[in-house]
Amino acid sequence: MIPYLPHSEAEIEAMLKKIGVSSIEDLFSDIPEAIRFPKPLNMPDSLAEADVFSEMGRMADMNKTKLLFTGGGQYDHVIPSVVPHLTGRSEFVTAYTPYQPEMSQGILQVLFEFQSAIAEITGLPVSNASLYDGHTAASEACTMAINARRKAHIMLVAGTIHPHTWTVLSTYFGDLDVKLVKLNETAGRVELKTLIAALEKDGENVAGVLVQTPNFYGALEDLNGWGDAVHEAGAKLIISAHPLSLGVLTSPAEWGADIAIGDTQPLGLPPYFGGPSAGYIACDKSMMRRLPGRIVGETTDADGKRAFVLTLQAREQHIKRERATSNICSNQSLAALANTIYMVAVGPGGFSEVSERNLDAAASLRKRLTEELKLEDYTGGAVFNEFTVKIPVSREKWLIPFENAGIAPGFFPSDLDSSQPENLFTIAVTEKRTAAELERYIECTREALG
Amino acid sequence: MNVPENLKYTESHEWIRVEGDVAVIGITDYAQDALGDIVYVEMPDADLAVTKGDEAVNIESVKVAEAVYAPVSGSVKDINDDLENTPELINKDAYGTYIYSIAMSNPSELDGYMDAAGYKAFLEAQD
Amino acid sequence: MKIEPDQLTAFEGTRPGAPGYRFPDADIPAGKASVPGSLRRKIQAALPELSEIETVRHFTNLSGRNFGVDLGFYPLGSCTMKYNPKLNEDTAALNGFSALHPLQPDEDSQGVLEMNGRLIDGLCKITGMAGGTLQPMAGAHGEFTGMKLFRAAFRARGEEKRTRLLVPDSSHGTNPASAHLAGFDVVTIPSGSDGMLDPSALDPYLDDTLAGIMLTNPSTLGLFETSIQEVADKIHGAGGLLYYDGANLNAVMGRTRPGDMGFDVVHINLHKTFSTPHGGGGPGAGPVLVKENLLPFLPVPVMVRAGDRWKRDWDRPQSIGKVSGWYGNTGVLVRAFTYMLSMGGNGLKRASDLAVLNANYLLASLKDVYHAPYPGPCKHEFVLSAKTLKDTTGIAAMDIAKGLVENGIHPPTVYFPLIVHECMMIEPTETETKDSLDHFVDVMKELRELADTNPEALHQMPQSTAVRRVDEVRAARSPVLSHMMIGDRPD
Repeated sequence: MIPYLPHSEAEIEAMLKKIGVSSIEDLFSDIPEAIRFPKPLNMPDSLAEADVFSEMGRMADMNKTKLLFTGGGQYDHVIPSVVPHLTGRSEFVTAYTPYQPEMSQGILQVLFEFQSAIAEITGLPVSNASLYDGHTAASEACTMAINARRKAHIMLVAGTIHPHTWTVLSTYFGDLDVKLVKLNETAGRVELKTLIAALEKDGENVAGVLVQTPNFYGALEDLNGWGDAVHEAGAKLIISAHPLSLGVLTSPAEWGADIAIGDTQPLGLPPYFGGPSAGYIACDKSMMRRLPGRIVGETTDADGKRAFVLTLQAREQHIKRERATSNICSNQSLAALANTIYMVAVGPGGFSEVSERNLDAAASLRKRLTEELKLEDYTGGAVFNEFTVKIPVSREKWLIPFENAGIAPGFFPSDLDSSQPENLFTIAVTEKRTAAELERYIECTREALG
Repeated sequence: MNVPENLKYTESHEWIRVEGDVAVIGITDYAQDALGDIVYVEMPDADLAVTKGDEAVNIESVKVAEAVYAPVSGSVKDINDDLENTPELINKDAYGTYIYSIAMSNPSELDGYMDAAGYKAFLEAQD
Repeated sequence: MKIEPDQLTAFEGTRPGAPGYRFPDADIPAGKASVPGSLRRKIQAALPELSEIETVRHFTNLSGRNFGVDLGFYPLGSCTMKYNPKLNEDTAALNGFSALHPLQPDEDSQGVLEMNGRLIDGLCKITGMAGGTLQPMAGAHGEFTGMKLFRAAFRARGEEKRTRLLVPDSSHGTNPASAHLAGFDVVTIPSGSDGMLDPSALDPYLDDTLAGIMLTNPSTLGLFETSIQEVADKIHGAGGLLYYDGANLNAVMGRTRPGDMGFDVVHINLHKTFSTPHGGGGPGAGPVLVKENLLPFLPVPVMVRAGDRWKRDWDRPQSIGKVSGWYGNTGVLVRAFTYMLSMGGNGLKRASDLAVLNANYLLASLKDVYHAPYPGPCKHEFVLSAKTLKDTTGIAAMDIAKGLVENGIHPPTVYFPLIVHECMMIEPTETETKDSLDHFVDVMKELRELADTNPEALHQMPQSTAVRRVDEVRAARSPVLSHMMIGDRPD
């Protein structure tokens, strides 16, 4: 008996009669003999709920969850309790894409509010109802820049972006006439003069520039002058930002960005082994009709009443078909719902507060590790909630005390990008970490170095 | 369906009014009807060099996005600025609303296109 | 513009000074960070200020103006809106999964790696494939991944000139878009008058520039492409590959497998066939499975067994790279695997059986009420056309859809596939009861009657929903896409 299949035998009989066949087999008689699968699927039979839960629980228990000082794009941030409760409402969870606006005003309005919140934190007025993640959002933004400048096929990409973003970009553009040119770092940041030299070299072939701040090492890039340089060259500036950093740090709009992107995981979602979260993207009004994906707009209904609806759909794949400039069909709606609830729940005061506390938490551990324990800081300068140090001992020696203490201490950039020096180590400290937890980190460090 | 006599017509439902060596281009009544309410017209840059068959203009309605192809080679001469704020002019008067014009480099490219009678017959055969 | 109180956005309901969220007491002293003023924002983000109870009421009320499968029938063709089991939510909430960081080492992640590995194994058994990736986050994403795998395969053979990709005219819009983004030139193949693929239509393209074909089987018309083996032979014979869009897999689990039909690459929509919730449009998951010869090209990392342990294998020199940041939408994968365990092999086959039974029952009940261009039998979905209805009464598929909305039933897919005029594509799925289907038939009959007796009433529907028919032209002509853009309203 399988609870999700609700038919009774009598009902099945009645239905077969209405159709005019004697058995369900008859409905598959058109499948050619040679490709019929003649035996049962080689998989275990169905199980009762409790047995399934037991098995899933066994696997969950095999995972070792730890006290997280590891970041690299996914962070351990506070999740207000209202977020999971409200996102769990089945009217949201079990709904489809709101193509019938009259019966979907709920999710449409939520997505309008998501777009509004992203507009506020980035400072750019036009946003969409989310993309798959921050890494693919980068490729969508680059596509927008490339399509905005005829014949320009070069994207300048900061060497300090997340290595997985670089890989995704290479995969996405590998078979197209697009060239990715890396802007090399100088001690953990990309300098303005590096950008200017690259713009001078490639001139009107440059469609856009992509930079991430805080960058992969956790360092804040100084983007003074970047907007002017990029715009003078006739290209677009794309800035990728950790959304919580925008509580206090210069917004993409203030830097002069044409497009802002990032990953929304820090806004009310757990790390969850990398997914799902959502990608956010916002842009200037001049690029509005190039924005990919689903977009919600305000309009009126037949009675002149406010109504929300999916709009600018002509650009979407299902209409443009092979002339589409993106193939994205869905968004990460439920993730965007969580993000919206988070931003509304914490409000402007909370958003600034949590941002400051990330700054303080990271600064505190960074100070102790560099001053007390004499670890060398790699990038120097300002960071957000993550920073990179040089480890003077072997990898194993460093990791073992943390392993024993149940702490995930951070990660080696060289694990994601083999061109990185092997002694670099990146540590994240969020608003969730307490003074006592920092003390445990310090002790493990002492042990590793001792 | 409205099909004025003095124009040339393409199989992709563009009309052409020849003014010396300039081709003034719009879309037919049939095309605007098929598109539905037009919401946006994406124009080419002025002086853009085009080859016959290039996608020159993009017209968006609520449901559909359609390309308007350059019927002749040359360079873009004028674009209809009114369409930026009132794209619906095309729906109201398809033949009275030009979209853009091309200074032709090879007017003999016009030879293959249909006259009014030919286009009428073409439309009848479609349905 | 009339705005009802319950339509105010959180931004409009903002109440300056309202208490927000209380973060834990900070015992790390403030002010240790030195961030210069030049790196701090000058204009703060004006997020809404609402207290906790206002936040809860706001979003709870919004949920009440939304329709989900838990509320009623949702016969969207090719979307497979089946019941989303609540057990899946419980397993997805297990802390052992949700608190795991993607950068933790393999030794910390054995549970999730095992789950991923077993999920791929199970999907391979159902589809007849050899291995795969869970990285793609949606069907279209899976299609793009598959197209990149094609490119990689041809590159490895030294056959980069294979750039022509065929799609039938009944295909979903993502198919040609995904192919185009991977650098292919797309050619649309017309369907025969019976709605099926005509193998001879492929003949002009069977040369060394052929990349292959993207198909779904059954087709979007709900018909099983019986010529599929002939199609596969032709494509393979010319050196091309076949891609299977798994959107319609719910019709054939346990009956036939795309791998046996001849497909080289397959994507599955876990949010369709494997019951993970649609969430208002995502997140979903579109795993891609391949035949043996394409395994080297899979995105990194690949989940592999190492004795009785699992590991992430990054050492794949021929890999296409990555299509998303981490390893896929793990939260969705947990739900899908839970479903796979719950249903078992016997249950999945039974699900397809009953999905096909339900669709045929509806077709048999409705084919004398509306025009059925392909009167049966069908597989898991079928199409009706309102074209003759429109010609005689002026009532279009859109009006029937709005009539269903008025009656608390989500409409079927309308105006797709493009090859059927005034199309309504209906997929009930196996989790609908006979009573639910009978009710749907009754309502469809009533609407048909109304089309004859009082078409104007249909044009005015819906009347009783939160909003009535919306002005899509205004939305697209004068976009207002955020609270920040309210000043751009046309009036």
